[in-house]
Amino acid sequence: MEKRVVFRSRWLPWVLIAPQVFIIVAFFFWPAAQALLQSVQQSDAFGTSVEWVGLENFINLWNDETYLASFYTTAIFSVSVAVAGISLSLMLAVFADRVVKGALIYKTLLIWPYAVAPAVAGVLWLFMFAPSVGVVSYGLRAMGVDWNHLLNGTHAMTLVVMAAVWKQISYNFLFFLAGLQSIPKSLIEAAAIDGARPWRRFWTIVFPLLSPTTFFLLVINIVYAFFDTFAIIDAATQGGPGKDTAILVYKVYYDGFKAMDLGGSAAQSVVLMVIVVVLTVVQFRFVEKKVNY
Amino acid sequence: MVERRPLLNALSHVVLILGVLIVAFPLYLTFVASTQTSQAIMQAPMSLLPGDQLIENYSAALMGKGAGAGAKAPVARMMTVSLISALIISLGKILISLLSAFAIVYFRFPYRMFVFWSIFITLMLPVEVRIGPTYKVVADFGMLDSYAGLTIPLIASATATFLFRQFFLTVPEELVEAARIDGAGPMRFFKDVLLPLSATSIAALFVIQFIYGWNQYLWPLLVTTNENMYPVVIGIKRMISGGDSEMQWNIVMATAMLAMIPPALVVILMQKWFVKGLVDTEK
Repeated sequence: MEKRVVFRSRWLPWVLIAPQVFIIVAFFFWPAAQALLQSVQQSDAFGTSVEWVGLENFINLWNDETYLASFYTTAIFSVSVAVAGISLSLMLAVFADRVVKGALIYKTLLIWPYAVAPAVAGVLWLFMFAPSVGVVSYGLRAMGVDWNHLLNGTHAMTLVVMAAVWKQISYNFLFFLAGLQSIPKSLIEAAAIDGARPWRRFWTIVFPLLSPTTFFLLVINIVYAFFDTFAIIDAATQGGPGKDTAILVYKVYYDGFKAMDLGGSAAQSVVLMVIVVVLTVVQFRFVEKKVNY
Repeated sequence: MVERRPLLNALSHVVLILGVLIVAFPLYLTFVASTQTSQAIMQAPMSLLPGDQLIENYSAALMGKGAGAGAKAPVARMMTVSLISALIISLGKILISLLSAFAIVYFRFPYRMFVFWSIFITLMLPVEVRIGPTYKVVADFGMLDSYAGLTIPLIASATATFLFRQFFLTVPEELVEAARIDGAGPMRFFKDVLLPLSATSIAALFVIQFIYGWNQYLWPLLVTTNENMYPVVIGIKRMISGGDSEMQWNIVMATAMLAMIPPALVVILMQKWFVKGLVDTEK
């Protein structure tokens, strides 16, 4: 699709796109190229000597058990966030789609966590579950669960998953609600006349028709868990205890800025870039399908 | 409603109310904690009813008193930094995306599609995958601890450019022809025809990008070392890095409330634009 009528000017379009192009070159392409370059170099911590090492950084990563463990942590984390977030918000959206009275109020009360900064979400959940002062951890202890996410890796993972899901529920909810409202009522009515009860109607009609939305949200939630939850983890657990909640992005940050391993951190950045490219391609192939659908 | 099922309706309300309560509980607890004394919170379990320290805690937070270990900068200053950065980021993104979409749709110039795809491909380079080198670029430009460093690297926007391009493509060609017959130049057409037509898209994008700007964490964490340039989100994190016991939770929670209010207000007051923005930016 192109415009047939256009303006003519030799210099104006360049002036118009100059700010955007300057920013993407200076802050996107140049750094990305640097990351690629650093990933095949090895420099000491003071930056005095730089040496070409080829794929050594990547081989080191592959042999680094903590890096593989971080992959595993990221997988557990993102799958938990996506599955828990999607199923909870689907349930809320299905019920919100049913009610007539107060629908807008429920919607308003469910969407505001989207506005909360991930770091603040991490702090709120940390406060509720803090071993010494937290209200929820006190309640858990009364029930016989000795909650301490500072020592117990499973507890720490549960904490960051809950905070991440809480923050993302409003987003999923809005998309599911929009998806539900676009399902033709006549289909549901026909099934009801044929005698299908709500439970059966949901699984045989509503859920299949929602599958594009569900798949879209699955990709979005995994991207979210991979990249946007750094702040939650840094605020709530700092990757701890040990490295039990150090997802890939956290490790890039930690190795590059705390441990000063530039080459290793750059190689990790390159691996992350590949992951983003794959996820983006999956997302766009799906968006094309949705347009046809 | 397909059929009458009073039981299912009741169940719907019960589930929704439970959902709302669980979603709101962290917020309520934060509010309660922000109205109590530090000692009252330390005696676990803290009371679940609001205390009487509301004004004391919020003024202590805003002025930068209390909050034991960690940052001591006044939250009022941090809120200002957050507000200015969020406004620069959201308005800057909208402005440069409008201009580049205008150039790409309404002009023919060499490498036009190459430029478009270059902008588009930045979608695949989120700040998280290039933090080290980007930090170095910003340091070389001397932009650490400044509004420029906090905002300019985040201003480029593939989604906004793409969105405006799609929208401009749907604007009828007759409008351009009419404008040209009336003797309007390109910038006149942009200002008097395209901008008013884009108003709803701009509002929707503004909501999303304002929240994006306000909630930035990783980037400000890297480029700010001076307490005077901390956005409030970073300030909270610095406050809690002191440790579990010596923390002034009441002040931290008052700060958290303050940090949540502006973006939450934007979402709730501009709900219609917010929903439109979410749906638009994901397509």
